[in-house]
Amino acid sequence: MNSTRLSKDPYSVIITGVGGQGNVMASRVLGSMLVNNGFSVTIGETFGASQRGGSVMSHLRISETSSWSPQIPKGTADIIVSLEPIEAVRVLAAYGNPGVILLSNTRPIFPVNVIKGDAAYPSVEELKKSVRRLIPHSIFIEATEEALKMGNPILANIIMLGAVVGLNILPITRENFRTAIGERVSPDTVDLNMDAFDLGSRLGQQ
Amino acid sequence: MSYLIDNREGVQHLLMGNEAIVRGALEAGVNVTAGYPGTPSSEIIEAFSKIAGDRNIYAEWSTNEKVAMEVAAAASFAGLRSLCVMKQNGVNVASDFLLHLASSGTRGGMLLVTCDDPGALSSVNEGESRLFAKLVEIPLLEPGDFQEAKDLTTWAFGLSEKIKNIVMIRSVTRMSHASGNVTFGPLPETVPHAEYSCDGPLLDTETGPVISMILAAPELQHGPQQEKLEKAARLFEDCPFNTYTGPEAPELLIVTSSACNLYVREAVHLLEIDDRVGILKLATTWPLPPNLIKQNLMRADRIFVVEEVLPTLEGNIKILAADMAPETGIKTFYGKHSGHIPSVGELNPDIVVSALVRILDIDYRPADATFEYEAAALADTMAPNRGMTFCPGCPHRASFWSIHHAIALDGRNGFVCGDIGCYVMGTLPSGYSTVKTLHSMGSGSGLASGFGKLKQFGLEQPVLAVCGDSTFFHAAMPALANAIHHKSPFTLMLLDNRGTAMTGFQPHPGSPVDVMGEPAQAIDIEAICRAMGAKVEIADPFNLEKTQEMLNHLMEHGEGAKVLILRQACALSPERRGKKKFDVSVDETICIGENCGCNRLCTRIFGCPGITWDNDKKVSRIDTIICAGCGVCADICPVGAIRKKEVA
Repeated sequence: MNSTRLSKDPYSVIITGVGGQGNVMASRVLGSMLVNNGFSVTIGETFGASQRGGSVMSHLRISETSSWSPQIPKGTADIIVSLEPIEAVRVLAAYGNPGVILLSNTRPIFPVNVIKGDAAYPSVEELKKSVRRLIPHSIFIEATEEALKMGNPILANIIMLGAVVGLNILPITRENFRTAIGERVSPDTVDLNMDAFDLGSRLGQQ
Repeated sequence: MSYLIDNREGVQHLLMGNEAIVRGALEAGVNVTAGYPGTPSSEIIEAFSKIAGDRNIYAEWSTNEKVAMEVAAAASFAGLRSLCVMKQNGVNVASDFLLHLASSGTRGGMLLVTCDDPGALSSVNEGESRLFAKLVEIPLLEPGDFQEAKDLTTWAFGLSEKIKNIVMIRSVTRMSHASGNVTFGPLPETVPHAEYSCDGPLLDTETGPVISMILAAPELQHGPQQEKLEKAARLFEDCPFNTYTGPEAPELLIVTSSACNLYVREAVHLLEIDDRVGILKLATTWPLPPNLIKQNLMRADRIFVVEEVLPTLEGNIKILAADMAPETGIKTFYGKHSGHIPSVGELNPDIVVSALVRILDIDYRPADATFEYEAAALADTMAPNRGMTFCPGCPHRASFWSIHHAIALDGRNGFVCGDIGCYVMGTLPSGYSTVKTLHSMGSGSGLASGFGKLKQFGLEQPVLAVCGDSTFFHAAMPALANAIHHKSPFTLMLLDNRGTAMTGFQPHPGSPVDVMGEPAQAIDIEAICRAMGAKVEIADPFNLEKTQEMLNHLMEHGEGAKVLILRQACALSPERRGKKKFDVSVDETICIGENCGCNRLCTRIFGCPGITWDNDKKVSRIDTIICAGCGVCADICPVGAIRKKEVA
């Protein structure tokens, strides 16, 4: 059983990625799970131009008492979840700290200036090494590859959510996820989402 | 069933600020809602449309914001509660009617909901709408959290009926697009009956015609309008949404509103100064309730106003403080004029923290400096920027490719006047930097109409303009009529992607179905342009060769305004999303990368996110997860290395 209290109030989680990866959906599902358990949740989302290749970021504030700023103060994130590896690095610079827990998908989505040859995309192995030097608690998951094996790359966001819940830090459970996802997807895809979630929970604990 | 019509009183849901506004209006028994799509406001009409049948609501995406306000006002005149919604730029469009409406007054409760975008996160500017409330003399309300976004909306309908005038509610991106817990109240059983009483005497507010006609007697309407505003100020003295938290006599009084309330709360928490500062959070920001302001100004000698963009609240409080100085004493103000808060861009807790640190002389080190330095260095070397570009499979990329090439082939230094839609990115390398003017909705065609008349002064460049299908109906039609009537030679490329794509694919007057899913009369853009007298051609922008050929022909031939309709559905439209027309692949034996002499045309120049560059093999690749299967890149590869195979 997970803890039922927050280690800090407000507790701050960032979910980041690139437009089209299901970032907003993941933050809404996580937020609903916490609200259903009696917590006060504030989510700030930046998704105005995200469908056009931009970075997208959701800030979740979890509290036992009230709403907080939909933008997390710099350097104070507790957990960063990234659906794309360089977005993890970007968010780390703005909101990270030595105690932050980082979970990142490893599959790159190349920015257009990288495609054009105007900028270089780092090797993911190099990136992992550098991030691990900075953040002792960092977990990398091949979420897109696993999602592709399950038949749909979009499930990467659910795998990453499973990994977050699997950390046993947030006061939520697998059953909370079943309820929250059930409110958002058609009944015939609930099982597939549960499988992705369970896979993520296992991968996150490695 | 949508959670927005959950009728269990006291139940809690996680709602976006926009959804909270919708729920608040439902709890007030709203019947008619209208708007024009614009981020961050679009979810409001979308939400109303989904529950229209359950709650006896009429919702529409109107042709533009002015029409939306008129549609909502008609409902108010007929005794119903109504709401119109738009982003900040839309208020400019609606402002002509708004000034007259504020003068004639309303009957059934009516709200103008405007969603501003400090920081221009998804806008071409961060223009603010608050000043309109002062300009047209109507009350302005600003919710300070998500619960209040609901409760204040419900309250505002009552206010509107008490003063018989439209009430403006202003949200911002970080309220509209943020989410928080909201506790629901009851949904009323409404039995609406619309009837317009208009047979009474002129200027009788209950039974007469509703008119804005002052002529030479401003006291007849302008006087009563100002009395309404004074009444609102009196009601605001006891408004439960204006709150003070903090010690009786703080060192510093912070005055704030809207999302800034949450930033202030956070900053005070971080600095642990709850016992030193007081927070006056105002929900009624115009007109300010003078007694409430006086009572709070008495608390402290130093006042810090925290708001986004222009010093609107700061200015209004200073005016009151000047009048009250004999009683309250002279105050020291901090805010925009003092340089503690910027007048550009959105705020966040860190900006408020750094201002408070300076004002109160606090020693505060927010972050681990070594970590900060190392993390920033890592981001510099490993996280290249993610510039904006068109989606994979976007018809605009293909259109701008053709426009760019047609202008180059033409050789007379032609240029494109831009307009508002995803195609604003035509100004950027992702649109080959083709677009050379960019302003408001419809302005591309208006500017092109003007440029076209400069031939007599020596302007020889071909003039082109772009506009989308929704923008065409919204504001480009009058400009096109102007150009045709005055025989101004320009070529309008109407980028018809079958919906209001940028904001989430809302229907417009050219769509066969309305927002509630009812069949609608689809207006034929081609027929309109022809009827107006333009020469009209149609092409599929995915057919690059034909598009360029037609464009060059139109630029060289014919008089007056010409229209090329470039018709291809948005890659995110329901008809295309997730459905590839082609399987696209690169034949590595043919692609010789840097050596083919094309300067990596597909990756370096065309720049679709679906094509990537394999740094090891030095060839292009298709990222099949990202590729939308439009097949256009197969037609630009000079050696035929990119293959497209129709999906069976």
